[in-house]
Amino acid sequence: MVIGSARDIVEQCGVPRFVFTDFPLGNPCGKPDDVGMQRAIVGIALDLLETASHARTTVQTPFVWDNTGDWREAYMRIAPNPSD
Amino acid sequence: MALDSAQRIFVSYIDKSREYYLARGYENPYRWAYHQDAPFAPLAKPLSQSRVALITTAALNQETCRVAAVYGAPTEPPPVALYTDHRSWDKKATHTRDVETFLPLRRLAEFAASGRIGSLSSRFYGVPTDFSQRRTVDEYAPAVLELCRADAVDIALVVPL
Repeated sequence: MVIGSARDIVEQCGVPRFVFTDFPLGNPCGKPDDVGMQRAIVGIALDLLETASHARTTVQTPFVWDNTGDWREAYMRIAPNPSD
Repeated sequence: MALDSAQRIFVSYIDKSREYYLARGYENPYRWAYHQDAPFAPLAKPLSQSRVALITTAALNQETCRVAAVYGAPTEPPPVALYTDHRSWDKKATHTRDVETFLPLRRLAEFAASGRIGSLSSRFYGVPTDFSQRRTVDEYAPAVLELCRADAVDIALVVPL
């Protein structure tokens, strides 16, 4: 099983089971210092071990990083001018 | 910034990294792993009797971060920090100072204590990230499988940063 946040890379590779959290790369098992969220995500992963019946099963966790989603655009942003 | 649902909402790291490096003059894009078939095995025994392990792409420390080799390290006590600066996570949006966000050993130990899983493996395992899919498949994967078998692991959770 993979627990991760790079959905396209993992699904294109193809893995038995995938728990996807739609967060910036780095915290696929929950936000820093949020023990409840971390426990929930690991719990979802354990549930999927029991429930998945075939390869490439993806489950998305219900968590949202923030209300703006600005991190999506900011990561690896190409500056209009290379000197920026 | 409002999300534009005329575009794909999920970040495509394949598209994004290709465009990023193309803008810097790298015109030969990386060919990501693609498999038409993926393996699958149902649980061999109940989760409550299974030993679970974690596999990370983090390194134990800065000194070993460039060593292209699989490692195993004790899960008890859980490490208070791991070295991650050499990995391409989102350093503007977040941080990795809370190890549980990418290596949830304490959370798994809690699930072991409650009986949800049988046990946590006595070691966690580290694997290099490598542009060479041949080395990943032919060297690192068998090496980490060997460590898992030596520790009688039933279930491996791979958590790439």
